[in-house]
Amino acid sequence: MALAKHSTFRRSAGLVSLLLTALVALLTFLSASPASADEANMDEPFRVSGNVQNKGEPLEDVLITVTGPGGYEVEVETDAEGKWRVGVPEEEEYEVTLDESTLPDGVAVVEGSNVRTVEVGPAGRVSTNFFIGVGERNVTSFFDQFVERLATGLNFGLMLALASIGASLVFGTTRLSNFAHAEMVTFGAVMAYFLSVAIALPIYLAIPLAVLLSGVFGLAMDAGLWRPLRRKGLGTVQLMIVSIGLSLALRYIFQFFIGGGTVQLPGSNSPQIPLFGAVSLSVIDIVSMAISIVVIAAFAFWLLRTRIGKATRAISDNPSLAAASGIDVDRVVRIVWIIAAGLAGLAGVLYAYYRPGIKWDMGAQILLLVFAAITLGGLGTAFGALVGSLIVGTLVEISSLWIPADLKYVGALVLLILILLFRPQGILGRRERIG
Amino acid sequence: MDWGQILSNTASSLIGPATIAYALAAIGLSVHFGYAGLINMGIAGFMAIGAYGYAISALTFGLPWWAGFLVGIGASIVFALILGIPTLRLRGDYLAIVTIAAAEVLRLLFLTGEFDDVTGSADGLSGYHASFRAANPIPDGTYGFGPWTYNANGWWVRILGIAIVAIVALIVWSLMRSPWGRVLKGIREDEDAVRALGKNVFAYKLQALMLGGVFGALGGIVYALPSAVNPGVYVTSLTFFVYTALLLGGAATIFGPILGSVIFWVLQTFLSNVLPALATSGILPVTSTQASTLRFVLVGVILMLIVIFSPQGILGNKKELTFVK
Amino acid sequence: MSSDVTPNAPRPKSTGLHSGPIQPGVAKVDPIIVADGIKRTFGGLTAVDVDHLEVPRHAITALIGPNGAGKTTLFNLLTGFDKPDAGTWSFDGQSLSGKPAYRVARMGQVRTFQLTKALGLLTVLENMKLGAKEQTGEKFWLSLFPGFWRRQEAAIEEKARELLVKFKLDAKEADFAASLSGGQRKLLEMARALMTDPTLVMLDEPMAGVNPALTQSLLDKILDLKDEGMTVLFVEHDMAMVRHIADWVVVMAEGRIVAEGPPADVMQNPAVIDAYLGAHQELDLGVVTGRHTADEVE
Repeated sequence: MALAKHSTFRRSAGLVSLLLTALVALLTFLSASPASADEANMDEPFRVSGNVQNKGEPLEDVLITVTGPGGYEVEVETDAEGKWRVGVPEEEEYEVTLDESTLPDGVAVVEGSNVRTVEVGPAGRVSTNFFIGVGERNVTSFFDQFVERLATGLNFGLMLALASIGASLVFGTTRLSNFAHAEMVTFGAVMAYFLSVAIALPIYLAIPLAVLLSGVFGLAMDAGLWRPLRRKGLGTVQLMIVSIGLSLALRYIFQFFIGGGTVQLPGSNSPQIPLFGAVSLSVIDIVSMAISIVVIAAFAFWLLRTRIGKATRAISDNPSLAAASGIDVDRVVRIVWIIAAGLAGLAGVLYAYYRPGIKWDMGAQILLLVFAAITLGGLGTAFGALVGSLIVGTLVEISSLWIPADLKYVGALVLLILILLFRPQGILGRRERIG
Repeated sequence: MDWGQILSNTASSLIGPATIAYALAAIGLSVHFGYAGLINMGIAGFMAIGAYGYAISALTFGLPWWAGFLVGIGASIVFALILGIPTLRLRGDYLAIVTIAAAEVLRLLFLTGEFDDVTGSADGLSGYHASFRAANPIPDGTYGFGPWTYNANGWWVRILGIAIVAIVALIVWSLMRSPWGRVLKGIREDEDAVRALGKNVFAYKLQALMLGGVFGALGGIVYALPSAVNPGVYVTSLTFFVYTALLLGGAATIFGPILGSVIFWVLQTFLSNVLPALATSGILPVTSTQASTLRFVLVGVILMLIVIFSPQGILGNKKELTFVK
Repeated sequence: MSSDVTPNAPRPKSTGLHSGPIQPGVAKVDPIIVADGIKRTFGGLTAVDVDHLEVPRHAITALIGPNGAGKTTLFNLLTGFDKPDAGTWSFDGQSLSGKPAYRVARMGQVRTFQLTKALGLLTVLENMKLGAKEQTGEKFWLSLFPGFWRRQEAAIEEKARELLVKFKLDAKEADFAASLSGGQRKLLEMARALMTDPTLVMLDEPMAGVNPALTQSLLDKILDLKDEGMTVLFVEHDMAMVRHIADWVVVMAEGRIVAEGPPADVMQNPAVIDAYLGAHQELDLGVVTGRHTADEVE
């Protein structure tokens, strides 16, 4: 480790740069290894490199993102000489983006835009230089930022709702705090990737099929694992720990197949649609929100109006009474598992576009937010989970206006803790009678 | 395939610092989960507190190594109090979710760039060994035989670690055969019944949380002693791995957590050596990266199988299933 | 355990417990519990609304009432397991308001539960020893050194064994409590409660789920408590049992106390019959509960 040589705690500027670089690399979930972040992916055969200078002075710690075909994406930060270098896999066109928010205050890219397209030619390497000068950076007004965050937050919240509703239904009907729900989310995304990239189905077929496969996966888990365990009479804590084991196993099975990095679904770089001011949403965001709303509405209809939906709510209220009144609990629970897994799979696909990218532990990253949403809304109530998700989603996004982006989940987790402490029945739940 | 190397690495992990660290954390969890019935899913947070407490006291405050130990222990007690006072009245699985969230909040605070000067954010901390190594009574050199050949510092870490495990196990043994332990086990079975007999259940739970938390922090310190503090270690998976070790050995036993940790790491080391070797030599039709992933799949599967078929663990009494209802 | 059902000679009932005309909330000559204005609501539902209640000392008082009358809730409130919205109550002249359950128990007011709480994975003897009060070995630091508590532990063990013999559980002392039958668990729970040397024993449905063969034995144990100078307050559905052992009966319905008095009087009270039976007014209370009265057995 580089730090080992420094026994005093005074850090040189180089060290700070190293740390920041590493931090950014980690936060973007793109690289498992935080080391040597002014260079990245150097084991790839081709090179894109560059230089960032302010009137001849090198600028350090400027974030550069390089994206390319096949979902390739990598981030680096400039070193003390303003230089950066990344390895890329193919002789192709790459897009180089300089993140202006990482520039010192009061300066901006003066020549050309902060987004460049470069082509790796037969020489195998290409470089592009950014020249920085005093200029008005396009600073977004607070209101615009707020609206944009709110929109992103709603999108995130709706996606979270798809995951939470299912987990909440499962909890309501079986009292299982299912840690493996995270992997049901990842499963949907991985299946969509598999169908659209490996089998090369068009994405509008791949996504519904992935959701369908997720439902089948849910059915398989209930039939193969959870129903036998319910029969065996395992307690809720035992079941919870079994779900943790399942979560670990599935997570690493995903890693086995897709590796430790991030892979992209087709169409993840969709154009931005300006709405007003500086606010814009991508086509994907808008489609994603529309899908979520339609699916949630359909789900609500199912839960409120159909016989099975009503039976589901009856079981959540009082399982033994429901069983006594002739409801086939096993059958309803089976359907709940299919629906929960299908919704989670869809959430996974949408989350893959939201992040963007598919990673083996992507579900685990939002699992606690799902738990927070369920708890917030009142355990075991599907509509509570919906409301909870929207609150958690917008809270996470809007709070990052004030707190550092790498702490944005902290707000939601603290909220989860506070809710469990002071209002464990959730904001919509009823206080239960004790004794 | 170099079987000699594989077996040597495996044998060495018997007394590896990671094994010792897991054993300490698992003993801490046995106090929480096995004896008191507290589903603490935040043991990784306690370990992080120990590790960071130790490293930060040396790096930021220049304290000697033993003071670092005390800081780590003190910080874990404070964390247990902050966590326990409001949460210990919660029902079992709620407590699990609160503790896992609290440990995650803690990890994000150690990871964020905001406190980079102190925590080293994503890079973690290193270079805090001077005081600890200066206190090493073993003269420089290499000692031991076969796979257990280490230099003076390697032995210093291991001997101190094993001594701590022994002391901690002795403490747990003394406590659990005493009336104090009886109250704790009563609370695990039914806290209302114990309350009705005039015992201050909350105080006992808090004491148990602090005690187990201190052991967890000691585990974190031992983990940090030989090399560095890396924030990527203290994730929720660490908690799950320690649970696996604990349940494997037996949650409500004295030696179960130690045995479980040894088995866990011996198996992990063996598989992490043998699987990639099998892959490169073409016996397994996968890449070596894929092969090393398989051992974590196995951890998950083992955890499921123990909980379903043998929740008392290897050393536990078959009749004495230790699961909270 | 055939000897258990051998009828004992009826023991005399305590009388003259109240002062003034019998009515709900009547003052007692020597009350051990005095409760005022206790109210507990769940959501919009009033579970308990008691204006005034006194429980007589050195007597067996039964708390009866139909399902949902608030008996268990009142029990929980009196023992600190639940907090009322309003009200004050005292035990032996000391205020109990806001006292946590464990402090209530330490003052000598011990309770059992409707759903028996035997500590399944502790042995029967460990269950008993857990009941003893003020154990040095239960303090964290002192527990580490057996020298501080070994003698006390031996004394506690002796006392526990004596009680186990009395409750005919001595043969089971090394078994896990989980292996006991339902009735034996009730006995164990009661014996364990006695380890705390209580002055007031509160039993929540001591007969629920007990094998009829053990019923008489349990009844005798409850009567013994009074003979040993303790006060008993118990919740029960079984009218026969109430008539058999209670000196005083308090009747609750819909959270309120609708009647109280000696058992024979209370059973004649139209308010009680009304609260209890609804449409089945013509039936005798003992028959309704589905169990023959103890008197008939004799």
